[in-house]
Amino acid sequence: MTRKGKRLALIVGALAALAVATGLVLSALRDNIVFFYSPSELAQKHVAPGMRLRIGGLVKEGSLARDGRTVAFVVTDRTGELNVSYTGLLPDLFREGQGVVVDGALTNDATFRADSVLAKHDERYMPRDVAEALKKQGVWQGEKGAQK
Amino acid sequence: MIVETGHYALILALALALAQSVVPFAGARLRDASLMSVAAPVAVAQFLFVALAYGALTYAHVVSDFSLVNVIENSHSLKPLVYKVSGVWGNHEGSMLLWVLVLSLSGALIALFSRAMPDLLRADALSVQGLLGAAFLSFILFTSNPFARVANPPWEGRDLNPILQDPGLAIHPPLLYLGYVGFSVVFSFAAAALISGRIDAAWARVVRPWTLLAWICLTLGIAMGSYWAYYTLGWGGFWFWDPVENASLMPWLAGTALLHCAAVMEKREALKVWTIFLAILAFSLSLLGTFLVRSGVLTSVHSFASDPERGVFILIILVFFIGGALALFALRAGALPTGGLFAPISREGALVLNNLLLTAACATVVIGTLYPLALEALTGAKISVGAPFFNTVLTPLALPLIALMPVGQMLAWKRGDLLGAMQRLRAAFALGVVAIAAFGLLYGAPSLSVLCAGLAVYLLIGGVSDIAQRAARGASHASVFLRLRGLPLSAWGTSAAHAGLGLTLLGLAATGWGVESIVAMRPGTNYEVGPYQIAIETVAARQGPNYTETYAAMAVREGGATIAHIEPAKRFYQARRTARTEAGIATLGLGQVYAALGEPHDDGTIDARLYYKPLVALIWIGALIMALGGACSLADRRLRLGVARRAPIAAAARQATQAAE
Repeated sequence: MTRKGKRLALIVGALAALAVATGLVLSALRDNIVFFYSPSELAQKHVAPGMRLRIGGLVKEGSLARDGRTVAFVVTDRTGELNVSYTGLLPDLFREGQGVVVDGALTNDATFRADSVLAKHDERYMPRDVAEALKKQGVWQGEKGAQK
Repeated sequence: MIVETGHYALILALALALAQSVVPFAGARLRDASLMSVAAPVAVAQFLFVALAYGALTYAHVVSDFSLVNVIENSHSLKPLVYKVSGVWGNHEGSMLLWVLVLSLSGALIALFSRAMPDLLRADALSVQGLLGAAFLSFILFTSNPFARVANPPWEGRDLNPILQDPGLAIHPPLLYLGYVGFSVVFSFAAAALISGRIDAAWARVVRPWTLLAWICLTLGIAMGSYWAYYTLGWGGFWFWDPVENASLMPWLAGTALLHCAAVMEKREALKVWTIFLAILAFSLSLLGTFLVRSGVLTSVHSFASDPERGVFILIILVFFIGGALALFALRAGALPTGGLFAPISREGALVLNNLLLTAACATVVIGTLYPLALEALTGAKISVGAPFFNTVLTPLALPLIALMPVGQMLAWKRGDLLGAMQRLRAAFALGVVAIAAFGLLYGAPSLSVLCAGLAVYLLIGGVSDIAQRAARGASHASVFLRLRGLPLSAWGTSAAHAGLGLTLLGLAATGWGVESIVAMRPGTNYEVGPYQIAIETVAARQGPNYTETYAAMAVREGGATIAHIEPAKRFYQARRTARTEAGIATLGLGQVYAALGEPHDDGTIDARLYYKPLVALIWIGALIMALGGACSLADRRLRLGVARRAPIAAAARQATQAAE
């Protein structure tokens, strides 16, 4: 093969690899993206049950109910509310009145079945999504203890 | 006083960095040897001043000087000494200072260990290194000053985030930074080569040890970080495809590509332009990682307080260096001489394929990490791209790459014999198939795990058989031993690194066969986890230096006999009023039993997650062996002495063997 031919082969090979990678990325992005909503946003979106979602907000005070290892609680952003149920161990920082992010899907009766629960209570480590949802609702408690 | 000295030293270091970036560069353009010779001593001095500043901050943390904002926010007088020292880099300001410390250390090392390289290259490289130092020193001084004081010092500090109070923190960030910033040296040399327009095999020989060193540290840093996540986060996972983890994986993938590509350039003078591009890419991705973690665009345990001003500053640095380097590349790359020819089926050809797959994998990680950020900025929609995406995309890229690794290792330079290489891999193929059958029978589904385990064994045996076959050409035992000793260390390095990846892959494959159960445990009762039983013996509370904990002493039993004890605990740190789960882990063979505590119930039971993870230790053992392979290559004499001096000896040896045959 000539030098030019080889270079051409190399470029074609690179483009082929690139095309395969692009195809993989696009198809994977279509199937595996998870949207993040606050409870009030979710209420407006009319999402079909079974679609994977991520919801962020506060755990409503007094809403936590345990039944064996299954817990039910309400996630709120002070405008919308969402009933969540979860089976498993809650994280260390999970507490009523604190920020929480849940992953899962809506069931047919409009409750949210979570398969993972993330909680962060120190606002320095609070998921930014939650902080923003709270800021948007005007219930952000500010940078307690003056960061910086 | 000591604190002010540190602050002042940092300002002096900035002045030195500016001098280091301007004077040698001018000297190189004017061909003035005395101006160029300024670079080396200034680089060393810059390092000493940054080290002084770093020492001063460490001192303030150790003596709990609560007049410093940084100490108040991240320390506590009761914190154990080791976390006072490692807590220096457990916060934004301190970790940036560590970043700059490593950066200036790399500059000093170039200055001290590069006497053999051309003056022009050295001056230009040190000047680029100085410019990097100046940018990050100003970032620290203008937006993230760790030496800021408060008027009314409080009596007590707010303590370090409990998750960071762990021996893992003492090792993980410094290693990772040595890796990230180690690529800055390669970047500086690439920029220097583009500035002078001169590049040859000697350049590759200068750069390869630096690439190796950075790659070794990055490999260890990533492995350490994943083990840390595994045992501190308490849910048994070791990789979460968190953007911050991806930030370290991106330069690793680019660095691995660079490592292989630099080998082609060093041996065959081919792929020069591509090597330069990868050198720029590897450090650019390190910078991107720093931006993602330090700017506050992302949230995780890694990103500390976020501040938009800092984000913009780092973004400017990022655009300046990456944009500048790429512009230089676009202008100059066409003028670089092209290198040697090779047939498609050859070691070079295999390494090109390796590079294509690695960079494609790297690109998908970049897209998966940046896409949610871009989408949010453009449309406001918030999405998360997690494990399902990365698993779907990376598996089809990684599996062919791994399948080709042993083949490439067996091919000769310039023109290879594919059939011969396949024949030499007979044993590896056969054992791979045997492994698929054995693991299939032993564990069964999922089939991806079985396939990966087979591939892992094939890779492991393929890596080892190259060394074995080269040695087996000797006639007697004595000559086999001599041949083993005579093999270049870099060949040992390649085999070890490939075999290490095989081990890691086997460990990853085995995650599919793990057992997880969440149970409410009643003390004294046995609970099945895989082949073992776990029972709580006692539950009690105890007092640590700055926390109280509830722990459960558990016995791990096999067939009635107790074989290990673990003590998972829940700790409560008073200063931040934060809880943290401490997992109990027993390593049994290569597998592990892992327990994490949940909430206690009124009826005397306590929730716990119990895991049995077969072969899981191989994930990290494999990474250690990969790093060891890198260290072997690094120790290779050729890298230090240069091929030129060795070539006649090698040629003479080759003639001697040919004559003997």
